[in-house]
Amino acid sequence: MNEIWRMIGRRLLLGLLTLFMISLVIFGATELLPGDLARELLGQSATEETLAALREQLGLNDPAPVRYWNWLTAALQGDFGVSMATKRPIADLVGARLGNTLFLALYAAALAVPVSLTLGVLAALWRNSIFDRASNALALTAISFPEFFVAYILVLFLAQSGLFPSMVRITGSTTFGNQLYMSFLPALTLTLVVSAHMMRMTRAAIINLLASPYIEMARLKGMSPLRVVLRHAVPNALAPIINVVALNLAYLITGVVVVEVVFVYPGLGQLMVDAVSNRDIAVVQAIALIFAAAYVLLNLLADVLSTLSNPRLMHQR
Amino acid sequence: MQMLLALIIGLVLFFIMGLASRAVMRTLAPSHLMPTFRDMPLTASFGIAVILIYLVVSLLAPVLAPFGESEVVGGQYLPWASPYHLGTDKLGRDMLTRLVYGARNTVGIAFATTALAFGVGTILGIWAALVGGWLDQTLSRMVDALMSIPALIFSLLLLTIFGTSVLSLILVIAAVDATRVYRLARSVAQGIVVMDYIEAARLRGEGMWRLIWREILPNAMAPLVAEFGLRFCFVFLAISALSFLGLGIKPPTADWGSMVRENATLITFGDVTPLLPAGAIALLTVAVNFVVDWQLHRASGLKE
Repeated sequence: MNEIWRMIGRRLLLGLLTLFMISLVIFGATELLPGDLARELLGQSATEETLAALREQLGLNDPAPVRYWNWLTAALQGDFGVSMATKRPIADLVGARLGNTLFLALYAAALAVPVSLTLGVLAALWRNSIFDRASNALALTAISFPEFFVAYILVLFLAQSGLFPSMVRITGSTTFGNQLYMSFLPALTLTLVVSAHMMRMTRAAIINLLASPYIEMARLKGMSPLRVVLRHAVPNALAPIINVVALNLAYLITGVVVVEVVFVYPGLGQLMVDAVSNRDIAVVQAIALIFAAAYVLLNLLADVLSTLSNPRLMHQR
Repeated sequence: MQMLLALIIGLVLFFIMGLASRAVMRTLAPSHLMPTFRDMPLTASFGIAVILIYLVVSLLAPVLAPFGESEVVGGQYLPWASPYHLGTDKLGRDMLTRLVYGARNTVGIAFATTALAFGVGTILGIWAALVGGWLDQTLSRMVDALMSIPALIFSLLLLTIFGTSVLSLILVIAAVDATRVYRLARSVAQGIVVMDYIEAARLRGEGMWRLIWREILPNAMAPLVAEFGLRFCFVFLAISALSFLGLGIKPPTADWGSMVRENATLITFGDVTPLLPAGAIALLTVAVNFVVDWQLHRASGLKE
């Protein structure tokens, strides 16, 4: 037990280090600009006074390490500064939308994970059958489709007939059931995009194991193929499966950007796209930090879970 | 009903194109390449045919297109009828013309970006593996840090800083993708630099550039070429996504991603026109994936 806590602690420290590096990159990216950020943002026609005012507002007059320290300590307390475009505190802008984005990602995950794991196990069970080949070809096709293509095909077939709304309007009074109904199409889009990859990896992980001697032993004992896969193969394939699920959930976090724009979903992705076109650097930095942190956390969780699922991984050097 | 019909037509076209291109390649292939094409699966020959068609269309765009690239030819959102075979867009430009020019612009920019990412990533990766020590450590840790941020998010951050223009789009996507190429090139080269003939080449006094270019690169080519196909798909999808978001290739340049964005409202009225550019993107990525799948399968020597 002690060993496990030590492992988790070590991974957490590594995760924190990664987050620190990420915050350095996100902050340092603004330093890459050869000229002056204020002039770049305001354009060539800006007067000296407005440039000086913007520099003062962004704190560009301080040396970089001081600015980084101020930014990081404020961000850790939930204060991301003020948006340049709307003059509102970024924490207010982000707050409600973060919940919506998380809701959409969780919704898609709740649809995608069971479906793709079941399909993956079935494809492994009936490998080289028509079902396996068809689902494989479909998965390869789905991986190659741009998200907005999938989204608009769904809109054409499911929203145009009035079955589901093609735009999502969430207000404070929206009930949970209604929210589920309204965000069904974006969630379905994300599900289609991520489950192909999860299904293929689940199938590959299980088929890899089916060649091992202990599976043959189980077969020779006269077990049914389904029981062989579920009882013997899946528990040992958990580590790669957990990893690929986490990787795809992390992908969901960024995949929401395009899908949110298609369905006018009031989430972080939409806010980020608006901020990029307005060149509202403070907002972009804040959202990038949130997305990157979620990405790192999910990978960390996958790492810990897959290590727990296979005790042999605990003692590797 | 409509969907079923489209599906059937698609499948029939797939088989015809696959079989035809396989037959053509079998008759035209030089004899020493014959075995390669003989066992080619239908998916791969279909993929090659599609890629060739895209290539021809993008090269001959001005000849094939009935109108000028950004020429306003009629009213907005005209239906599919001669002389505008696929109708017109929001500003009254011919849809077919813009699709044809889009092949040139979108695919060309994606190809240039992938090539740039590969040039930079491969040379840095092999260099790091060859020199080793602190250079390898510095470069690899930097790449690790950059790769721990999701690609799309990092590109959006960089685009905010450098502004949204075609040049910064190419540079940003190339920089983000070069990190992935670097990883692969470095790990492939690490297996090669320990070989005796590299040692011999070093003792012979060959310079760094010659070692990379003449000794290591030719032997690292096979995995890198397959990766090029996959990377091209990712880059192509990333550029289309950014253009769709309005942050990539800007109008009046004809581009598939932004064409979907501009005409998206039509979909809610049941018009499939905006799906055509999106479908063009999807078709090319599927085709490239089929070919890459076949090449990987061949290289790994797996025979089911």
